[in-house]
Amino acid sequence: MSDVALPLGHAAAEPAGERTHRGEALAAWLLTAPAILAFVLMLLIPTAAVVAIAFTDYELGAPALRFVGLANFAELLEDRGFVTSFRNTAFFVAVTTPVSIIGGLMLALLIESGTRGRAFFRAVFFLPVVSLMVAMATAFQYMFHPTIGPVNAALRGLGIVGPNWLGSSDSVMWTLAIIGVWEQIGFNMVLFLAGLTAIPRDLYAAAEVDGVRSAWSRFWTVTWPLLGPTSLFVLTITMIRSLRVFDIVATLTQGGPNKASEVLLYTMYTEGFTFFRMGYSAAITVVFLGAVVVLMLLQTRVLDRRVHYG
Amino acid sequence: MTPSSPHDKSLLADLPRLALLSVLGLIFLMPYIWMISVSLKPLDEVWRASMSLIPQTFAFEKNYGRVLSEVPIGRYLLNGAIVCFGILVFQLAFALPAGYALAKLNFRGRETLFAFVMLGLLIPAHVPAIPLYIAFAQTGILNTYAALIAPSTISVFAIFMFRQFFRAMPDELIHAARMDGLGEWSIVWRIIVPNAWPAATAFAIFSVVAHWNDLFWPLIAVSGKGELATPALGVIYFRTEEAGDDFGALMAAATITTIPLVAAFLIAQRRFIEGITMTGLKG
Repeated sequence: MSDVALPLGHAAAEPAGERTHRGEALAAWLLTAPAILAFVLMLLIPTAAVVAIAFTDYELGAPALRFVGLANFAELLEDRGFVTSFRNTAFFVAVTTPVSIIGGLMLALLIESGTRGRAFFRAVFFLPVVSLMVAMATAFQYMFHPTIGPVNAALRGLGIVGPNWLGSSDSVMWTLAIIGVWEQIGFNMVLFLAGLTAIPRDLYAAAEVDGVRSAWSRFWTVTWPLLGPTSLFVLTITMIRSLRVFDIVATLTQGGPNKASEVLLYTMYTEGFTFFRMGYSAAITVVFLGAVVVLMLLQTRVLDRRVHYG
Repeated sequence: MTPSSPHDKSLLADLPRLALLSVLGLIFLMPYIWMISVSLKPLDEVWRASMSLIPQTFAFEKNYGRVLSEVPIGRYLLNGAIVCFGILVFQLAFALPAGYALAKLNFRGRETLFAFVMLGLLIPAHVPAIPLYIAFAQTGILNTYAALIAPSTISVFAIFMFRQFFRAMPDELIHAARMDGLGEWSIVWRIIVPNAWPAATAFAIFSVVAHWNDLFWPLIAVSGKGELATPALGVIYFRTEEAGDDFGALMAAATITTIPLVAAFLIAQRRFIEGITMTGLKG
């Protein structure tokens, strides 16, 4: 619009345009300055620092620190506690991701397949997303209590002796995974509901003309292929959310019993802020960051493809 | 919602679906149901392990009274509100102008700044925790509101989101304002901010939910049985130091701290779901 200049005023417009351009650049830097300052102080420097600290033996309160190279990372590999923590986190991700994705999709399909009670059920399953997890974790602590908890009471009614859910090292990760699924499924459901509404109605009609009659084949020929991009997006998001499991472990088990429920962020927290082994804790943070970045890059690639296909 | 969709069924045909959803919904709501039920039960009844949801004798006053008298729960809720509000104000004050500049202004370095935004999106909030803790400890601002608020004041995600939002805004609006002689600051304040409400509301909901429920950073930034505990920390303090196995009082504390957000959600359901999923990219 403003590029259209009358030939007559062309010569005069040049310096003025340059001035506004410089004015615009100045305004831009002033407008972004507070954000840049906060970004550098609160995110960029600390993130660079955490990577640097990971290569030192820094302990809070220690008089000096030494560059130790990869020693912290070498120690991680030898540390039974860390290996358990890594394995537990992988287990948690491996269980909660598929269950909360497939569960979320099935809930979305179930809600979408009729018109009654849509908003109501959507709200019910979404409720955990807005609930204070620390508080809900204590509710789960009661429900999974081995003697007075209603879960084992119900199992007793069926003649089954329930496990000591959170108290036994055999079942503790499974129990945390159940809570993790409960926490995440509603979020995935809502993402799938958005994906489902974006599928054009006439595609179903067209499929019916082509002889796709049953709900089952309708799902596999129309719904699933068109949900593909949504599903890949939900997959990476869910994995990253699962990777960050912390609240329920800190509230319910503190990594116990006998380190059976140590997870990455909780191990990082105790090493850094209970034992003040900052160098070691920073190394765990770097491992965590690495895992998140890998998943995020996967997601960006998926999103890129989504743009091209869409 | 849609009055007649192609697969509108009769109530009878819809019954299996409704029944299945109801059963699943009930299972989902079990933690809430038991939380409220136990918060109303006296201790001996809780330990009798009866499966009955309705208490034989109501211990509302005893359980909730214990929470109110033994921990400053009102203070915790207020702390939660102060921290969430403080964080949100800074996030918006930093991200709105930056988002506008990245979307609508031409200047050298814009692409570089945006590259940093994309880089920032890769970093979870847990990563800078150790250096921030060390820096805060050395400057003596641990155990203050500033310590709770400062690390979250910058949301690269908010910058990214507002940039996308402003890019979709017509340039004519801004050109017209410039013609009228408005400076960039007035444009941001009088044109951009009022038009950004939908995106700002969505982000506000996402931000408040995230920080009200956050445990990780408050656990690090506030130590001891501080007056500065957020709701999440408050529940943990109450459990480890006061309540222990007194499930009635513990559930009362859990109920009190869960209610504010859940109530807000039930009132503005659609906005919450839109806000959280629209901004859910952050994971």
